Amino acid sequence: MLKIQNLHVKLEAEDKPILKGLDLTVETGKVHAIMGPNGSGKSTLSYVLSGRDGYEVTEGTAELDGVDLLSQEPEERASEGLFLAFQYPVEIPGVGNMTFLRTALNAQRKARGEDEVSAGDFLKLVREKAKSLKIDAEMLKRPVNVGFSGGEKKRNEILQMAVLEPKMCILDETDSGLDVDAMKLVADGVNALRSPDRAFLVITHYQRLLDHIRPDVVHIMADGRIIKTGGPELALEVEQNGYADLLAEVK
Amino acid sequence: MATEAKVLAPLDIRLARAPAGGFTSAARAAAHGRLVAMGLPGRRDEYWRYTDPAELNAPAAVTAENPMPEAPLSVSGALQIRFDGGVAAPLPQSPEGLDLALLSAADTQDIHWAGALFGVLEGEGQSPVKRPLAALNTVLATEGLLVRAGSGSHAIHVDYSIGSMGSDTYLHHCIRVGEGADLTLIESGRAGARSNILIEVDLAPGARFHHVRAQGRDADRRTVTHIFARIGAGASFKSFTFGENGRLTRNEAILDIRGDHAVAHVAGVALGNGAAVPVLHDDTVFITHGAVGCESRQVFKKVLRNGATGVFQGKILVKPGAQKTDGYQISQSLLLDEDSQFLAKPELEIYADDVKCSHGSTTGAIDETALFYLRSRGVEKDRATALLVLSFLADAIAEIEDPDLADQIVARLEDWLGLGAAE
Repeated sequence: MLKIQNLHVKLEAEDKPILKGLDLTVETGKVHAIMGPNGSGKSTLSYVLSGRDGYEVTEGTAELDGVDLLSQEPEERASEGLFLAFQYPVEIPGVGNMTFLRTALNAQRKARGEDEVSAGDFLKLVREKAKSLKIDAEMLKRPVNVGFSGGEKKRNEILQMAVLEPKMCILDETDSGLDVDAMKLVADGVNALRSPDRAFLVITHYQRLLDHIRPDVVHIMADGRIIKTGGPELALEVEQNGYADLLAEVK
Repeated sequence: MATEAKVLAPLDIRLARAPAGGFTSAARAAAHGRLVAMGLPGRRDEYWRYTDPAELNAPAAVTAENPMPEAPLSVSGALQIRFDGGVAAPLPQSPEGLDLALLSAADTQDIHWAGALFGVLEGEGQSPVKRPLAALNTVLATEGLLVRAGSGSHAIHVDYSIGSMGSDTYLHHCIRVGEGADLTLIESGRAGARSNILIEVDLAPGARFHHVRAQGRDADRRTVTHIFARIGAGASFKSFTFGENGRLTRNEAILDIRGDHAVAHVAGVALGNGAAVPVLHDDTVFITHGAVGCESRQVFKKVLRNGATGVFQGKILVKPGAQKTDGYQISQSLLLDEDSQFLAKPELEIYADDVKCSHGSTTGAIDETALFYLRSRGVEKDRATALLVLSFLADAIAEIEDPDLADQIVARLEDWLGLGAAE
């Protein structure tokens, strides 16, 4: 599904290398987690994959089902089935959540040569998806993320994921700013979307999110590279011992 | 000054031709006196520093090119009134509680109530800031609408068209809304190649006045407007203006809050694309709080690209004793490129100690983070930009009370942004 080879990325503004030869492959139907200390390049990876400005790829490749991601615009990557759940979802006053979602869905469908969804069908679709995430009609009517609590913003991200049905979902520290109940709700939403046709890359600092979203594979990232890969037990190890031992081991 | 002589000399001739004896000729003569004393505006005047009035002062209008006609706003249930190149079509029958007449017939029909308004609010509004183009309007305008809403709720739609491509239009409307009455005034379109439109509005205690206008989308357009309003106790004045492009637009609102617990809102959205011709859009507002417990609100937003210039000059004056005043003012511009500019001069002058007044002004570009957020969901860059423009304009659009009119304005916005039909 997602195949990253020898990816080198630097910040355009500062000429500062962030990713230094990252290799990662995520198979269809799997949930991979990336953990790592602050500044290891986790969020940069999510931004580079989704096409945010400000980063320069100096070497390496990233493909989604054989399609080169790095040469595409962010919206093209989205239509190819890539989705990034933001760590800090953006507030957009004056644009209704429903309008936003429908615009996004129809833009993707159009890009893929599919028919646009009618207003009626769309409403039905969103209501059904929103219900399981405990998102009420009032929240759907409000402007995008405006006045939403931390938990509501993250649930809204998962709702977008549920409506857009991407094949490759990246969750960038989705657990940040969430209390235990909110995290459970978000995790349930993600788990409901797990399927043999869809893969997840879950970026997190802490093991606790992985109690709720059980990963198949755990990677440890440090200094712009994947330094260790293992099963769910690797996350527990980090939780108990911190990153110091792992970093020392690699050095 | 050569231009001044050229403009002012023919005025004497026109004045001499005007019918004598009626209230309009006396008002015109008084305005002429004011105008001669003030002189025409120039760049050296404090309130014309950012906007060059030369083309508004010029003796004759420049012929407009490439007109872009636009369907008028659609307002169901409103009385339709048309001015073509400044010439009025026959007026419709007035319903009960509403008197309608034309300025051109004012003297012969002895419409005495208009005599207390015509040129009066304009004259009072010449201090502390002089407004020579308003006095010029009172001198020259021989046509306009006289509306008196005595009771009940009424809506009037004034639909302008340009007439000839060289039309130089002066219209002067007088509006009086009686105690407890409610009047909605919609204005659509462009009244001339060059137009100078003045509205005097007198709101009795408890009267309500809503005003929405769309000034057209032509690039080659020169427009100056003034609204002078006198607002009585507990009355509500709300005005929203939408303008697209235009070589030179100056919209002035001079609102005088006289009675306690009155409300005055004035808002505007201007979209300027300087690709075809240079665009300058100027909103100049002066709100005087002269009573207790009143609220005023100014919300102006401009979206500028391809070298367009936006100007905002907004003042709140709180007179001694106007306690519990709540004055709010925001002016913001969104610059879609580095060639465009926004010049803002917010002013507060407060002589009462128990008031709440705030003002803010910002100039910015599209938020890159928000743009990326939308694009990461699959929305194409142009459409994402357009959504963010709509987002930027949202609180100005919210000043339009009628949802149907707000939808029509949004549709025009989307057109300007190149989005075509709304989703």
